[in-house]
Amino acid sequence: MISNWRYLVAIIGIAAIAAIAFSKMHMAPPPSELDLARSKPSEKGIYAVSIDPEAGEVKQGELHNWIVALKTPDGKAVDGAKIAVDGGMPQHGHGLPTAPQMTGELGEGRYRIEGVKFNMGGWWELKFAISAPQGDDNVVFNLVL
Amino acid sequence: MRRLLSSVSIAVIVAAGLLTACKPPELTEAEKKTVASLSLSALPPLPPDPTNKYADLPAAAAFGATLFFEQRMSIDGVVSCATCHQLDRQFQDDLPLAKAIGTTDRRTMPLADVARSPFLFWDGRRDSLWAQALTPLEEPREHGGNRTFSAHFIKAHLADRYERIFGPLPDLSALPANAGPLGNDAEKAAWAEMSEDQRQAVNRVFSNLGKAIAAFERSIVHEKTRFDRFADAVTVGKTPEGDAALSDEEIYGLRLFTGKANCIECHNGPRFTDDHFHNTGIPAVAGLPEDLGRETAVKQVQSDPFNCLGAFSDARPEACGELRFMVTSGPQLTRAYKTPSLRGAAGRPPYMHAGQIKRLEDVIDHYVRAPASPSGKSEVVPLSISERERAALVAFLKTISD
Ligand code: HEC
Ligand code: HEC
Repeated sequence: MISNWRYLVAIIGIAAIAAIAFSKMHMAPPPSELDLARSKPSEKGIYAVSIDPEAGEVKQGELHNWIVALKTPDGKAVDGAKIAVDGGMPQHGHGLPTAPQMTGELGEGRYRIEGVKFNMGGWWELKFAISAPQGDDNVVFNLVL
Repeated sequence: MRRLLSSVSIAVIVAAGLLTACKPPELTEAEKKTVASLSLSALPPLPPDPTNKYADLPAAAAFGATLFFEQRMSIDGVVSCATCHQLDRQFQDDLPLAKAIGTTDRRTMPLADVARSPFLFWDGRRDSLWAQALTPLEEPREHGGNRTFSAHFIKAHLADRYERIFGPLPDLSALPANAGPLGNDAEKAAWAEMSEDQRQAVNRVFSNLGKAIAAFERSIVHEKTRFDRFADAVTVGKTPEGDAALSDEEIYGLRLFTGKANCIECHNGPRFTDDHFHNTGIPAVAGLPEDLGRETAVKQVQSDPFNCLGAFSDARPEACGELRFMVTSGPQLTRAYKTPSLRGAAGRPPYMHAGQIKRLEDVIDHYVRAPASPSGKSEVVPLSISERERAALVAFLKTISD
């Protein structure tokens, strides 16, 4: 009998800890080891990708553009690519508030992504699906606002 | 068994008491940054409105103010924008559902700093202030007018003021007294019989009325509150004094708002809104038509002839980013509504898009319970907070209302 009560107490304890952990998770700061690099190889290594906001600093709540620069691993600019954009907040389980699009190829492997907005502070992911003669590949960048 | 359970609950109560009884410590640097981000002082200057070349013309704003209070532009001669958007009531009417000629399906929205909102209405079915202002004019339950009715009214009563801003009015003498694409059957038929040129000329006049009203609305702004005076002092490293000194309870509420209760996820920035649309599980109102919020609105704003990309907008397509890059599909749009500003909210119950919730305390209760949405999925996760914490949240909300 007594050991049964122990189980009950243990279960309550675990549930409480889980509840606390869950509520913490919901408002957790971004993981400290988050890779914030603005340049990195794509997942399969087909491209070297760099991203930069077109007009300097990014402000919460403002619609803005990014420039994506694509190179092959040996440093040649990649032209003729199509880039699809996705993203969101991994800790909140929601996507981007807008539907950004690649709207221009600027030459020398540079592409304009229009219509990005971050409507909350915190950890955001920007995901690019790249499709070019060299092959299809993906890359994910982390941003903290 | 009872003893064991009760000792567990005593332990829980004691622990909760220990957690909540202590005096609030000094704000950390991170908290100070968050506080600063919520202050009205952090609001950037009002950006220009590229869709409306009259937006910052004082004569247009003055004309717009006249139109805002003009009752003769309604079909029954007694409704103006100010019937529902009352000057001394934060430009709202304290009713769950707005009333003029008829009763509408939604709660009247307050108008402070509305010019900063990329999408208008609870569901964002308009994308500029001037496009928004046109809708009540021809909505049967509001002004109940129509397009030629509005144009004839201006010609008869306010032609001089109109023409000084927008240039000569077109010849309206051959046009029916009542015609419009959204009116009753007779009005629709009369509209269809007009030539394309006539319709466009009337639409031009109509859109200009919206542009004047929008110019006026740009001047409606939030006033500083106790919280702003507190935030401004904290930001420069001064001790807040007089009414700027928030009580321990209010500071506790502020911490909950920006921390554990996570209200700041949506109610962020100096206006306490992310200008976005969320399903927060607000119940439907019995007797009203089905309301899917943003899901329906995206199609409406796309097909609105007065939108940013339309013929009456002064903007180049490049300036229409909000419309061009809006999310147009996905489950997150169902019953999603615009995050309202919380400034002044304590002073204007009832709450939510159809006045579903009566008191601020009940709003907190809603977030604690996080009920499922009648359709679509609520983004709200249940909160576990104490009675004392609920009261602290309410106390904080009052500091951004007075
Ligand atoms: C019958 C009452 C009523 C009248 C008259 C009325 N409104 Fe409204 N107003 C409302 C309601 C209700 C809403 C929200 C409706 C919705 O979301 O469907 C609203 C929303 C708005 C909004 C959107 C605010 C925001 O934050 O998105 C603006 C701006 C506005 N009205 C301006 C006006 C103007 C200008 C006029 C006159 C031309 C006017 N209203 C006439 C009741 C009224
Ligand atoms: C997921 C986003 C989100 C979060 C988190 C959130 N809100 Fe809201 N809030 C909204 C939306 C959206 C509405 C309007 C909902 C509707 O009418 O359907 C709203 C409405 C309100 C209103 C009513 C305002 C009015 O004028 O009607 C109050 C008050 C409020 N929220 C307070 C809070 C508090 C306090 C918290 C934290 C406990 C919080 N909110 C968390 C999105 C959010």
